[in-house]
Parts: sequence; C-alpha cells; structure tokens
Amino acid sequence: MIAFIDLMQHAPALSVGVCLLGVVGILLARRSPNVREGVSLTTAVVNFVLVAWMFRQFEAGEEVGGTLIDIVPGLEIGFRVDGLGILFALVASGLWIVNTLYSVGYMRAHNEHKQTRFFACFAIAIAACMGGAFSSNLFSLFAFYELLTICTYPLVVHAETPEAKAGARRYVTYLLGASIGLMLPALFLVWNMAGTMTFADLPAALDASDASPFLIALTFVMFILGMAKCGIMPVHSWLPAAMVAPTPVSALLHAVAVVKMGVFGVSRIVLDVFGTDLLAELSLHHLLIAGASFTIVCGSLVALAQDNLKRRLAYSTISQLSYILLGLGLLVGVTGEDQVTHYQVSAGGILHIGVHAWSKITLFFAAGAIYVALHKTKVSQLDGVGRRMPITMTAFSIGALSMIGLPPAAGILSKWWLVESSVDGAYPWVLGVLFVSAMLNAAYFLPIVFRAFFKPVPEGEESGRKEAPWPCVLALSVTALGTLLLFFFPEVIVDLATAVAQGGGAK
Amino acid sequence: MPSLFEHLWSHWPYVIYILLMVIGLFAVLAKGNLVKKIIGLNLLQTAVFLFYISIGKVDGGTVPVYWDERPDAVYENPLPHVLMLTAIVVGVSITAVALAFVVRIKEAYKTVDEGEILALDEADRGAPEAELPRADAPEPEGGV
Amino acid sequence: MAGQLPALAVVVPLLVALLIPLVSRFNRRAAWWMVVGALGFAVYGAVAMLLDLCGSPIGTTIEYAMGRWAAPTGIEYVVDRLNGIVLTMIAAVGLITALWMRKSIRSEISEKARPGYYATFLLCATGYMGMAITGDVFNLYVFLEIASITSYVLIGMGRTRQALYAGYSYLIVGSIGATFILLGIGHLYMEIGTLEMADIAQRFAANPELYDSSVVRTSFAFFTVGLAIKMALFPLHGWQPSAYSRAPSAASLFIAATATKVSAYVFYRISFSVFGADFLISALPHIRDGILILAVAAIFVGPLLAIRQRCLKRLLAYSSVGQIGYIMLGVVLLNEDGLTGGVIHFWNHAAAKGALFCVAGVLVYRTGVSRVDALAGMGRTAPWTSAVMTVAGLSMIGVPMTAGFLSKWYLGAGALDAGRISIVPVLMASSLFTAMYVWRLVQLVWFAPKDTEPLVKEEAPWSMRIPALVLAAACLYFGLTSTSVDIARDAALSLGLGAP
Repeated sequence: MIAFIDLMQHAPALSVGVCLLGVVGILLARRSPNVREGVSLTTAVVNFVLVAWMFRQFEAGEEVGGTLIDIVPGLEIGFRVDGLGILFALVASGLWIVNTLYSVGYMRAHNEHKQTRFFACFAIAIAACMGGAFSSNLFSLFAFYELLTICTYPLVVHAETPEAKAGARRYVTYLLGASIGLMLPALFLVWNMAGTMTFADLPAALDASDASPFLIALTFVMFILGMAKCGIMPVHSWLPAAMVAPTPVSALLHAVAVVKMGVFGVSRIVLDVFGTDLLAELSLHHLLIAGASFTIVCGSLVALAQDNLKRRLAYSTISQLSYILLGLGLLVGVTGEDQVTHYQVSAGGILHIGVHAWSKITLFFAAGAIYVALHKTKVSQLDGVGRRMPITMTAFSIGALSMIGLPPAAGILSKWWLVESSVDGAYPWVLGVLFVSAMLNAAYFLPIVFRAFFKPVPEGEESGRKEAPWPCVLALSVTALGTLLLFFFPEVIVDLATAVAQGGGAK
Repeated sequence: MPSLFEHLWSHWPYVIYILLMVIGLFAVLAKGNLVKKIIGLNLLQTAVFLFYISIGKVDGGTVPVYWDERPDAVYENPLPHVLMLTAIVVGVSITAVALAFVVRIKEAYKTVDEGEILALDEADRGAPEAELPRADAPEPEGGV
Repeated sequence: MAGQLPALAVVVPLLVALLIPLVSRFNRRAAWWMVVGALGFAVYGAVAMLLDLCGSPIGTTIEYAMGRWAAPTGIEYVVDRLNGIVLTMIAAVGLITALWMRKSIRSEISEKARPGYYATFLLCATGYMGMAITGDVFNLYVFLEIASITSYVLIGMGRTRQALYAGYSYLIVGSIGATFILLGIGHLYMEIGTLEMADIAQRFAANPELYDSSVVRTSFAFFTVGLAIKMALFPLHGWQPSAYSRAPSAASLFIAATATKVSAYVFYRISFSVFGADFLISALPHIRDGILILAVAAIFVGPLLAIRQRCLKRLLAYSSVGQIGYIMLGVVLLNEDGLTGGVIHFWNHAAAKGALFCVAGVLVYRTGVSRVDALAGMGRTAPWTSAVMTVAGLSMIGVPMTAGFLSKWYLGAGALDAGRISIVPVLMASSLFTAMYVWRLVQLVWFAPKDTEPLVKEEAPWSMRIPALVLAAACLYFGLTSTSVDIARDAALSLGLGAP
C-alpha cells in the first residue's frame, strides 16, 4: 500500500509514462490495426483516469508531484500538480480519447499509410503535453515543449507530398527557430537573474534580483515570441502551414495540444515566472494586451479571406488564441490596480483555454468529416452540405456559435468575462476590439452555416444523406455536446480557472 | 642601448634561424611542386634545430663531460642537443612519410604539381565515388 | 599493478602496435584481436584511474615517474581529472572504433595493407593517449608527432587517390603546426629552463614578472598558433574537411571523435597547468579576447558551412569546426561554468560525432558512396542506424535531455557570468544552423518520398550497429545524468582558476 502511495505521488510522471508505454504497445501491435487502435484508446482512457485522479487530489489540497530526474542544479525534470496544469491536462487528455475515436474513423476511411507511426507519434505528443502541463520548473517545460515540436513533425509531414514537406518545414522552422533562438536565451537570462528555475520560487526571486527593468522586459518579450506555439503575430504563420496535416492532427494538435501548449506556456510565464506583480510594476501587460488585440483583429480579417475551410479555421485559431493572451494581460492589469475582488472576471483568458479547445476541435472534426464523406475542402463548395450531413453541420454550427460568443454555446462564458475585466481594468478600447472581433467571427462562420443549410445542393451532385463513418460522427457529436454542456454546467472549469487567476494574483 | 644592428649582430644565430624559417615557410606555401614543399618543410625544421642548439650555448662553456681536474668548468647545456636528437628523428620520419606520399601521388595522378592535382580533382568533382581513380596502385610492402 | 597503470595504459598499446606486423606474418586474423585487446586494456586503465581520482579530493593527481627518474630530471606522467576525462574519451572511442571497424576495413582496405592499418591505428591511439597523460612538454611534442604521423598515414589509406593528396596536405599543414609547437617549447625552455609542466608552473607562480618577458609571450603565441592548426580552429580549419572525407571510414570515425579535441585539451593544459590561468587573465587580456572571437566565429561559421555540404563526411567535418569552437570558448571564458561546459563537451562531442561518423561509415559500407542524398529512405531499411543518427543529431543541436544541451547550457551560463551576453545569441544561431543540417538529414532518412528506392538496402551488421548504439546511448546518458558534469566541474576547479 505504501508503495502504491509512493507511486501515486509521482502520478504526473506516471501519466507521461502511461502515454509512452502506449507508444511501445502501439509499435508492438503494428501488424494488427485493431489491437493497435485498442491500445491507443486504452492508453487514452487510462491517462484520463489518472489525470482525473490528480484533479481530485488537487481539489482536496493534496500535493502531488516531485523531482524525477535531477540532472544538475537548475536543470531537473520535476513535476507538480497545480490549477493551470490540471486544467490543460484535463482538456488535452479528455479530448485525446474523443480524438482517438475520430482518428480511427478518419484514417481507416482514408486508408492512410503509416498509421502506426501516426498513432505512435500522437501518443508521444500527448506524453509531451502531460509533461509540459505538470512541469514544476522552466527547464522541464522547455524540454517537453521541444519534444512536442519534434514528435509532431512526423504528424504534420504525414502525407509526405512536396506540399506537406514544405508546410512541415515551415512548421518546424518557426517553432524550433523561435524556441531555440528566443526562448532558450530567455531561459539563460532567467537563470542568470534569478538563480532558480522552479516556478514556486521564480516570481519572488526575479522580484528580488537587481536586474535592470529593460533586461526583464526583454526576457519577457523573448519568452512570448519564443513560445511561437501561442500563435501571436508575427510568429503565427506556422499554423496555417501546418494545416497540410491530416485533419485529426489539425484537430487535436492545432486546436488543442500544440497551440494550447503555447498559450499554457505563456500563462506559466506570466503567472509563475514573472508573476503578475512584477509585470504590473513594469507595465509589461500593456505589451501583451496590445499584441493580442492586434492578433485578434488581424487573424479574423485574414480568416475572412480564406476559402479553404481548414485554413479559415487555422486563422480563426490564431485569433482565438490571442483571446487567452488578452485575458492574461487583463489579469495582470486588474490585479495591478484593483486587488482581490476581480479574480473571477479576470479568469476569462484562462477559461478560454478549455472553452476554445472544445469548440475548435468540434469545428475541425466537422471539417474532416466533410472531407472524408464528400471530399470537399473549400468553403465555396459547401452549398447544401447541411442537408447531406445534418449531424456534422449541426455540430459545426454549435462550434461556430461558441466561437462568435453566442449562447447556448460555451464561448460566451469566457468572452463575457473578458468584456467585464476590460471594463474593470480601464481598457475601454479593448471592448471595441472584442466587439469587432465578434462581428468578424460571425462574418466568417455564419456564411458557412448559411450555405450548408439554406443553399440548395449544386446541380449534378448527389443529394442523399452521406455522413462520415460512425466513429467520426460520434466524436464530433460528443465534442459538440460538450460545448453545450460547458455552457449549462460551467462550475468545474470556472472554479479551476478562478483558482488559477487567484493563485496568480495572490503572489 | 645597443643599436638594432648591434643587437642583431650579437644574436646572429637567431637571425639565421629566423631567415631559414621564413625561407622554409615560403617554400612550403609558394612552391607548387610537392617535393619542393617537403624541402621547405625540412628547412623549417632545420631552423628549429639551430634555434635549440643556440639556446644551449653557454658563454665560455666546454663539452658537457664531467672532468675531475676541472671541477669549476662551465659546461654547455646538453639538454637541447638531446632534444634535437629526438626532433631530428621525428623530422626524418615525417620526410619519409611525405616522400612516400609523393611517390604514391605520382603513381595515381601522374604528376607532382599541386595545381595539376587540384585541376584533376576538380574534374572529378561530382563523379560517383565508385568511379573515382583509386589510390591503390602497387601495395606497400609489409604494411606501413 | 594499479600503481603502474599510468605507464601501462600507454606502453601496452605501444608494444602491441609494434608486435602486430610481426604476428600478422603468422596469423592474419590476430591483428584485429590485438587492437581490441590493447584498447580494452587502455579503457580499463583510464577508467580505473578516473574512478580512483573521483574518489579523492579535488586537486589530487596520480603521478608516475618513468624509470623512477624523479621529475624534473625524468619524464613524469601525471593524471588528474581533466586528462582522466580525455584519456577515457580516447580509449573508449578507440575501443568502440576498433569493435566497429572490422567489416568496414575489410571493404575499404586491401588485405595486404590491413595489418599495417591496424598497427598504425593503434599507434595513433597510443600517441593521443600519450599526449593526454604526459607531464612533460617535450614528451608532449614527441607523442604529438607520433599521433600526427600515424594520422597522416591513416588518412592517406582511403580508397580514392584524393585520399593521398588529403593525407599529404594534412601532413604539410600539420607539420608546420607541430614545428610551431616545438618552437613554443623551445622559447619556454629558453626563459624558464625546465620542461616539466608542474615545475614550469611553479616558477611562473614564484616569479610573476616572467609574464612580462617577451620570450614567454612569444612561446605562448607559437603554442597558440600551432595548436590552433592541429585542432582546426577557425580560420585554420582548411585541412580538416578533405582529410575527414577522404580517409577510410574507420579512420575518420576515430580521428574526428578524438584528434582535434586532444589538441584542444593540450591548449587547456598549456594555458592552465603550464602558464597558469593568470597569464591569460592579467598578462594577455587582448589575446584572450582574440581567441574568444575566433572561438565564437568558429561556433557561428562551422555549422553554417556544414549546411550546404553534399558529402556527409564533409558536412560532419564542418560541424566539427563549430564544435571545437565550443571547447575553446570554454577555456577563454575563464570561469567555472564556462570551463565545465568546455570540459563536458569533450565527452559529449565525442559521443555525438562518433555516432554520426558510425552512420557515415555504414553508409559507405552499404552503398560505397558518402553523398548526403544517398541517405534517402534509410529509415525504412535501416531503422537502427537511422535512430542513432537522429539521437546524435539532436544532441548536436542541443535539444534538452541530450548531452549537447548540457554543454550549451554551461557555456551559455559561463558567458553570462563573464558578462559577455552577446555570446548567447551566437550559441543560439549555431544551434539553429545545426538544426538546419540535422533536419535535412532527418527528413531524408525518415520522410523520403514513397517512390524513392533506398540506396541503403539493409541494416548495418550487428558489429557496426552495437558500437553506434552505445555511442547514441551515451548521448542520452550524459544528457540525463550529472555524471559528466560532476567530474568536469571538479576538473575545472582543479585547474586552479584565479579570480575571474
């Protein structure tokens, strides 16, 4: 029993281990697709149960985690369960189950090659996400961040066509380039200024260091741009390029895991490296708010011009990710000016991590389902699709509503809080940004819904019902339902996000 | 303060060593003939031998052999001489290996001129490696 | 026997090397076994001494007076943590190369020349071991020439006629370098009057005004230039690419993984244990800056030049130019972190570059060519070898949890400690360039278009696979444990660094 408790103390490491074990299983079962996919699904479920267990421990106030590998002082692989991490882990591990289901349907329907590599890399990617989510120090986070880039490369380049290679090259160049070129030097600077890498000690140590404000500001900017996965402009263009990947990859990785790793990383940087107090003192949050606002509007504008459905979704992601960054900036602003009272509303950005994941994955699932069933990739081809694929397009519409921020989808929760906190934080112009963006979101999503349901099927095409294979449909129904349920029962995720914001502000 | 000329005159062995060294280096760098390069290398090494020998010189010194009747004798420093014995051996082996190389290069390239060799290599550029001219002309006897 | 280890570690391979041509007259198969046996013993000796030192306080040395002639009259072998690390590196890479090379040699060297090759190879390893272990500057020169002459011969034994010319060119350039080192020794002796390293260091410590002597400074200049040629420090790296690419695979594996680094070690030894750290810090700050600039330039230019190479071995050679820059950067940062980074890079680079040259060797063995594009599709036919290449490549880039990251981490920390923040971007740029060429290899190997017919038809034989896997495992092991860092830090501390 004691051994079991000791083992569970290392539950975060265990969760990484489970995923990696899944990889071994997948590789061993390469000859038998059924077993292989069974292993994938089992791993996903076991991992989710583990994360859920950690969530309960966290709620009960139990400390979970510990140092796994202590390489040299400052460089250690260590884990700790906290609100932000568990939020990200819950989202990623939960959606992985649904996504595995979807992948099975999609990959089989497409008769894709190298499915073993696909499932194996997928599992490694989730392992990296788990590792990143529970990292207790900057080095671990960086290590898992890099691992995620490297192991998703085979997924992006999956088709191995020249376009796929070009896209994947851009993907890896941007992400590795930014992280090695900007984030790693920033790591050096933090180590030099603070002498520690542990999140628990960093804000205090940085506050106490005598480094010049300019250097701190420089480090902060290097971190934000270095975490190119967060999709902030001008380091966003890897995301549309990565859309050459098969849709399940785009769905989980580029709506959930990879991009969320980016914004999760930025949240860590804001809350647990610099700390809100220090950022507020140096007024660095203005930078974040300005950059995010710019990206929100520009991302949406570019999305408007895209005809390829997945590219449109990609630019929408870029824009939506910046809501999270905006929320973080506002959180700093609020805590700086009016302590204690406004945590709840200022948690909007963090809440959006979860909300956006559920909605965006629904949209990607729908795009993939359309491609599988009808081989259509362009918005302009979608006339009448709603009649042929009613379930898919209903789910799509729910996702779109959530993106725009209309009830009864979850998107409005986070957006409403962002609006409130921008008022509280005395950023009235942000209201304008949010308003314009909502309009733009409506402008690029509603026409799709309109085309699908209200335009007739073009002449000369079949008009019978033709949904994607059942695993795909099941998966996208689940996520669409989840988006709705989040609106009606938001307690779990709201509590978590509030706790995170409070933790960040209380320091 | 002695004039530059006096200074050089009083250190004439060093002047010779520097001159020899520069001539040797010049030959190594400027000559295109591989054998002449080796001669330059030898000059360079000889210059170093002379340098070592001259630093072993002691004013009024005599042969460094202990002599009972002259316990107060001043001896030359024998150590640099000994070192140079080793260095000469090293120099000879380098020359031997270098000459062996030149012989083999002559067999393989039919020339010992650096410019021509480089031109031949340039002509081979991009050719499949299996079709490149081989190095193994006649085998060296009994290994190296 | 333990007391005799310092001598035996060098003497045993030396004697075995001389016996090989003799024994080969009676039994042609014996040569390889003799090489493996001798190097196995050298590994045992080096590791035993290093472990012994690790258990002792910092600053302990194992001393061995040759023929019981006490220093400074006789020649002394001195092993401390720093050269313990280097000895282990040479012996281990030598043994791994020896285990790896049997099949490669069979395909690249004619049967008649093989015993000669084995003897030369062992002599070469002996020379490098001797360079690392000796405590006498002139003895250092002798071993340096043994190692150099044998390297020229090894390189000249390549299959194509270009190998002959590459060997000859290396001979000319290398001899100039060695002659410069000899001149450095001469000038040092002229002023100090002794050749024993510890003795020289003592005299410098007793008379700091010797630092102002122009003879001493000339000596240091000759050492620096001579060693810079030998270690292929930018911009004196011209001999290296063709030497590495034309040599037989087994020779380039060993030479690339050890040779230039031993010269870099000699620079460490000369700077710290002969002239003393104060010499660079207080007497010659501008020279220190100059070397720093060269090291940084090497770090920047080496990988940049590697990107466009079409021959895999040339590509790796240019990457070595950059890696030597890391090691030299460690010396001239002159602080604890920087030195630690430089010293661990001895092992880290040996493991990564060794593994990559194993892959290059397999490529030549299986296809007969060393073009980069011949790697296309190798992931399908030779997954183990491809995996080795990927791991070693990631370590070259310096991805976290591989050995290369630790080197970069310490060098970066050292640069910040020294207040030279501008070095950090160069380190990062170098990582990016490295990522570019490594990624090109990775993409060719794993993601070649479906219709490419892989040139590498099958996996490497086990005798070549296992040594390569050991090296790749070392890249991960050194990246995940503090083994190397602990030893290297103690080594750095025992170099007697003054106040930075």
